Amino acid sequence: MTAALIGKSVSRVDGRLKVTGAATYAAEFEVPNLAHAAVVRSIVANGRIASIDTAEAERAPGVIAVVTHRNAPRLAYQPHKGLPDAAVGERLHVLQDDRVNHQGQPIALVLAETLEQAVYAAEVVRVTYRNEAAATDVAGVDPVLPTGKPAEWEIRRGEPDSAFEQAEFRVDQTYVIPRENHNPIEMFATIAAWEGDSLTLWDKTQWVHNVAEEIAAVFGIAAENVRVISPFVGGAFGSGLRCWPHVTLAALGARVAGRPVKLVLSRREMYYGVGYRPHTVQRVALGASRDGQLQAIRHEGHQETSTYEEFTEALLSATRFLHACPNVHTRHRIAPMNVHTPTYMRAPGEASGMYALESAMDELAVALDMDPVELRLRNEPDKDEFKDLPFSSRSTRECYRAAAERFGWAQRTAAPRSMRDGRSLIGWGMASATYPMNYAPASAMARLLPDGTAEVMSAASDMGPGTWTSMTQVAADTLGLPIERVKFTLGDTNLPRAPIHGGSMTMASVGSAVQAACRKARDEALGGAGANDLEEAMKLLGQAIEATADVAPGDETKRFSMHAFGAVFVEVAVDPDLGETRVRRIVGAYGAGRVVNPKIARSQCIGGMIGGIGMALMEHSAVDPRNGRVTNANLAEYAVPVHADAPPVMDVIFVDEHDPHVNPLGVKGLGEIALVGVAPAIANAIFHATGKRVRELPITPDKLL
Amino acid sequence: MHPFVLERPRDLSAALSFGAQPGRNDAPVEYIAGGTDMVQLLQEYVRRPDRLVSLAGVLDDGIEIGPQGLRFGAAATMAEVAAHQGVVEQFPLISQALLNSASPQVRNQATMGGNLLQRTRCPYFRDVGYEACNKRAPGSGCAALEGENRWHAVLGTSDDCIAVHPSDLAVALVALDASVELRGTGGDRSVPLSELHRLPRDTPHLETVLAPGEVITAITVPANAAGLRSHYLKLRDRASFEFAVVSAAVAIETAGARIRQARVALGGVGTKPWRLPNVEQALADRSLEPGELRSAAALAAEGAQGRGHNDFKIELMQRAIVRAVEIAGAHA
Repeated sequence: MTAALIGKSVSRVDGRLKVTGAATYAAEFEVPNLAHAAVVRSIVANGRIASIDTAEAERAPGVIAVVTHRNAPRLAYQPHKGLPDAAVGERLHVLQDDRVNHQGQPIALVLAETLEQAVYAAEVVRVTYRNEAAATDVAGVDPVLPTGKPAEWEIRRGEPDSAFEQAEFRVDQTYVIPRENHNPIEMFATIAAWEGDSLTLWDKTQWVHNVAEEIAAVFGIAAENVRVISPFVGGAFGSGLRCWPHVTLAALGARVAGRPVKLVLSRREMYYGVGYRPHTVQRVALGASRDGQLQAIRHEGHQETSTYEEFTEALLSATRFLHACPNVHTRHRIAPMNVHTPTYMRAPGEASGMYALESAMDELAVALDMDPVELRLRNEPDKDEFKDLPFSSRSTRECYRAAAERFGWAQRTAAPRSMRDGRSLIGWGMASATYPMNYAPASAMARLLPDGTAEVMSAASDMGPGTWTSMTQVAADTLGLPIERVKFTLGDTNLPRAPIHGGSMTMASVGSAVQAACRKARDEALGGAGANDLEEAMKLLGQAIEATADVAPGDETKRFSMHAFGAVFVEVAVDPDLGETRVRRIVGAYGAGRVVNPKIARSQCIGGMIGGIGMALMEHSAVDPRNGRVTNANLAEYAVPVHADAPPVMDVIFVDEHDPHVNPLGVKGLGEIALVGVAPAIANAIFHATGKRVRELPITPDKLL
Repeated sequence: MHPFVLERPRDLSAALSFGAQPGRNDAPVEYIAGGTDMVQLLQEYVRRPDRLVSLAGVLDDGIEIGPQGLRFGAAATMAEVAAHQGVVEQFPLISQALLNSASPQVRNQATMGGNLLQRTRCPYFRDVGYEACNKRAPGSGCAALEGENRWHAVLGTSDDCIAVHPSDLAVALVALDASVELRGTGGDRSVPLSELHRLPRDTPHLETVLAPGEVITAITVPANAAGLRSHYLKLRDRASFEFAVVSAAVAIETAGARIRQARVALGGVGTKPWRLPNVEQALADRSLEPGELRSAAALAAEGAQGRGHNDFKIELMQRAIVRAVEIAGAHA
């Protein structure tokens, strides 16, 4: 029997492949007879294509075909809604009519022998438009309730309005977060190859099965006839959850060309071809008694969406249960605009909503002249007051305590501008974090071989959190084999189905399935051979043992409210004259259930912290309100943090938490909660440093002058 | 990108004969050196020359320091100049400006001449999805005037263009009275760097005084700039690898606690590298006391015009000057 592997800091099993360039990403697969595609995109936000002249493009060297709405095959576009699709509305149909719904919409597809030829020919497609008035200024659009049950979007308990009016201490402020784009390093790419009515897609995606089902619906073929292969993903942050139009374009191109086609988006196209974190405007009103008891919370928010789909995210969810309060009102609205549909970006909803809520909590603490940790402790609920359910586990108190102690919070002086280091103003701020525990049906297969090795597989994805490694650990641990004897495989629709690689559910779901499949295979082998040792049993059996397991949640969501919780403490230094903010330290403590691999889990949390620095201090898609174009659609002007922005101290604490209710592995997920709370903690620290409350992200130097 | 013929001339005189012209979007022939900016412009269809003349191997890349001062060949890379011992010791302002620019990878590739001739980062210039850009398409208008202009210039602007010249190096060099040596088919000439770039006025598509075929062969910095106390201050939204929101290059000579002479230039705010003689005169014979510095720096705002999102730069650039002088003055 080998030592337990779950809970060990194993290095990434795919790390060497990645750093030596041996990991094959979507655009890198070698497919014979490949043609290349380039997309012509609209430069208006709303209207119709008046004319489209492809003559010069068709004559250009190497061009195989130019596909527009006039000559494109009619696609089935059968109804299909995957989990990441907007619940209301219909996805963009590409090259099916002359309608333009947003800037950067695909309006023609050029297929050529080489990428250079395709890109050149795309440039000489001449298009004229019949422009129509476009709603592209988010400030000028009146928000409306999403379609559907108003009770889902406007939720009340108690008497929030009168309770707020009567509260002795009140905060009522508006917080704005601009649109943010994901900007993973790997561009989206698809290689499509038809064989009769069967299609193979090498794709960058966070969910191979959804791509197969979406493309099957678009082309009117059976999903079993679409194979999707996606072993490595060079970052995604949620941008790869949906199946975006370029996948359809690649498959359409391959059909027209009669040969495999590769389509890779450019960095600029990434700002138009995939979704983004929507611009949000939130108003938070908090009322409290002198002793800091929350008496009313009103949290209203609205976000941009497209005219053709109602994208919504969990902007206000945490407000309903994070802090104890008898009178709560939340109202979520949308602002439909001539933009493309937003999507989930790391900690979708929570990251934005908690920025507003936890900033407002800090403002309330200032109004009360109370320590912000103390304010939260005084409003610590003993159950989920929205669902009226107990928490399966909730370690907020321990997170505040552990992070505050590590941070040295007790040394903080409360008054703004009271802490300095030389010329710099020092600020200490904190915020809470939470993200739901998600656990979805998942399957895995384990194959034990006579040589004492094992192959374990599930159609999961690894966009960076370490799925390759953590699943190998769970499998080896369960089988009792050394880790190097276990080979885990993911990212292929031929493998047992896994849920979407998002919502921090992969470890819980796929991990539980891997564990179950490995247990089953091990039991079968040991039982069949009548042995106590797996390697010995396999030698005796002399043939492979296969076991597949499916796991699914039971009724625990009816019995418990299940979330991960955390606390983030930040130190910033602000230059009082020049307005530059640098984050010096971040300490995060998380109660996230069991931690399978502390090393990789820590990396994930550090990634979230750095992402939070981006959100707080620099990231914003500068959308030109006149026409909806993104003026900084590149990595020079869309600033994400670089190494020099990462603080020297990023301390991650996992508080001890055993939750028997959430899922068989007892994990809650970390990917999303790692981002939640960072931006508000930084904003609160900047207030503490400067006395200036900035309520619109990002907090760039101009806002602190 | 638009197809082009890549010419690889054997020597400089062969290169000159193609009549390439930098900095003009309507020029059918253009030079390419390190290519770090040009390749982006080609890929995004901002530049569509028929012919590119490679300067690889035909330009001097030497760095020399002598009694006359500093001279470096136009083909010297940003990395080479930044790390050159003599530059670091005698002209640290140049080294600092370079090390605050781009990334190590870009600095290994990009040349001195190319750095001075890099094109603006104005998003409306760089996105051909916008039709209006007087620099790209003369007479088409300026989308930045009423647009997303947080990145844009407040000094030297016109109603036709408010694009910033993005180089850090040029700001440091212009503060140090650098000149560029030019060679054309008609011969050699030397032009003060402050006169290399034109103001946009109503011809923003004409960016430099270079004649067709003319190429920068070398950059010279007079010896009298050596030994000044200097500082290059660069302000931006993130800590590294970003163009300046505002930058200030200052070099001062002090006598006791007083400034005898000062050179001051700004980046991130001007349509060209922006030298500030009025601020320099005001700083001369002042103390390093913040109030005194501030009143001198205020003169930088003369003629400055914000366009909305970039209004803050007018205040921030004055503060940047004060801070840069303070830091330079503290280097005793």
